[in-house]
Amino acid sequence: MMLLSLHNLSVKRGRKRVISEVDLTLGQGEVVGLVGPNGAGKTTLMRAALGLIPADGQSSLAALSARARGKAVAWMPQSREIAWSVTVETVIRLGRTPHLRAGQKQRPEDQAAVDRAIEQMGLDRFRDRPATQLSGGEQARVLIARSLAQEAPLLIADEPTAGLDPAHQIAAMRSFTQAAAQGRGVLVSLHDLGLAARHCTRLIVLHNGKIAADGLPQDTLTPSIVKTVFGITAFSQITDKGFVFQALDLTS
Amino acid sequence: MLAPFWALLMGRSAILALGLVGLVLGLFVVSLLIGPSTASVGDSTYALITGQGGPLSVVMREIRLPRALLGVLIGGSLGLSGAAMQGYLRNPLADPGLIGVSGSAALGAVLAIQTGLAAIAALALPVMALGGALLGVLLVLLLAGPRGTSLALILAGIAISAFAAALTSLVLNLSPNPYAANEIVFWMMGSLADRSMTHVWIALPFLLGGGLLLGSLGRGLDALTLGEDAAEAMGINLLRLRLTVILGTAAVVGASTAVAGAIGFVGLVMPHLLRGFVGSRPGALLWAATLGGAAMILASDILVRLVVPDRDLKLGVVTALVGAPLFLHLIYRTRKEGV
Repeated sequence: MMLLSLHNLSVKRGRKRVISEVDLTLGQGEVVGLVGPNGAGKTTLMRAALGLIPADGQSSLAALSARARGKAVAWMPQSREIAWSVTVETVIRLGRTPHLRAGQKQRPEDQAAVDRAIEQMGLDRFRDRPATQLSGGEQARVLIARSLAQEAPLLIADEPTAGLDPAHQIAAMRSFTQAAAQGRGVLVSLHDLGLAARHCTRLIVLHNGKIAADGLPQDTLTPSIVKTVFGITAFSQITDKGFVFQALDLTS
Repeated sequence: MLAPFWALLMGRSAILALGLVGLVLGLFVVSLLIGPSTASVGDSTYALITGQGGPLSVVMREIRLPRALLGVLIGGSLGLSGAAMQGYLRNPLADPGLIGVSGSAALGAVLAIQTGLAAIAALALPVMALGGALLGVLLVLLLAGPRGTSLALILAGIAISAFAAALTSLVLNLSPNPYAANEIVFWMMGSLADRSMTHVWIALPFLLGGGLLLGSLGRGLDALTLGEDAAEAMGINLLRLRLTVILGTAAVVGASTAVAGAIGFVGLVMPHLLRGFVGSRPGALLWAATLGGAAMILASDILVRLVVPDRDLKLGVVTALVGAPLFLHLIYRTRKEGV
């Protein structure tokens, strides 16, 4: 079953096209990494796919009503806003918003989803702490847990691992892999190509608003693409521990 | 560990709700029982309920009851709209007056006094103030755009407030009649004295309608804690939320200003004061700030009558005198917490 399909999606900012004619489908069990240099249009593409900004072309998510979309996809924006000093559990419980009708009280299955997300991100000891008092990395984990608690078939996360320590970067990527193993799909933008290469089932390389490559990590992070898109050289090899990618140097 | 935590939290908000309701009821009764005509509690209550107490019944039903009712309604409205505004803008310094409604309502009232319409028909003042509020909110919507950001809304509100204040000053400046100018200045300080049931009936539909609009915002405001993008993706219709905040605030603040003048600091201080008691959840703060606002206005209006009964101390002066130091204390506490 397709969880996301984009057809001919374009976004204009002023007269400039920042996303041009993107075609993309994402199915169950996939962890798709969206990579590209700064300004390539990763965030814009995600927001346009969600229907949060006007776009030309088709997106299966943008066509849904706000409520149906809330059940179809969980979105973790890049800006990690937590406006009030509510507890960690309260933040994560907000992920259940799309599942509740106006005025409906939280049900046992909502609490169960919240508990699963807390467990998955290892946040149990923070449960009752004010979320605003946590460090940036801990807040990021809380917000990942919030999007996991939504338990939508598709999760779209914009640089969820930025600012996390290595252990928690891996833990976050594993939670995405786990979600995919349960039949969900994940689209995640990443700057760490090594992390993307290791944990994503498929990579999409975005360059100047266009898809430059789409496929398995080893097929997309080729020396020529890495050179033209990112302007770097890299070491990469398929080892007995999987595909390993390490950026080395600038090309110029 | 989960169950006791929830029980504790439920218990805490239940205690808060009971405490606030008790406080509002108590203050309401006290407000009914004090005034220049001294009568025993029993006589007053009998006169109020049966209407068989002769002049005392008139005092209770025509003077004190509307005053106490307006105290509850207006105080609750100001507290509620303050909580909604702070939740929507995600800023603890937001105030319901921010969107320019109280300024434009005051301008309408000032024009009613200046032109002498208020002296001819008692209803002219509140009706023109409501008209001013409506005009103000339409201009703000036009300026900020229906899809604009919260920053555009704040800027439009500030512009309209400044313009309304300038026009109000102009009216005062050009006023040929010193009595009218005097009346305007006193009216703008805000008061619940000498209001009748007619004032209650004029304001009630707007206060209730606006209150219902604002009261429906709980879930949306909670979701907004995570930012506009996240809230929208969770199925919150931001366009509708924004319109509801603006129209609800305009209705309650416009109607409050129309019957009681400008009463400051309630919408700013009450949400701030009670936020900690509801675990900072903007949705839960709505009802708490409503009750807190009602208690604050009732208490201030009682203070007005007790401290200098013969000098007609204005309500808005007292709320600002009580509110400003309270606010300073909160700022000091926030600074110490380093947030």
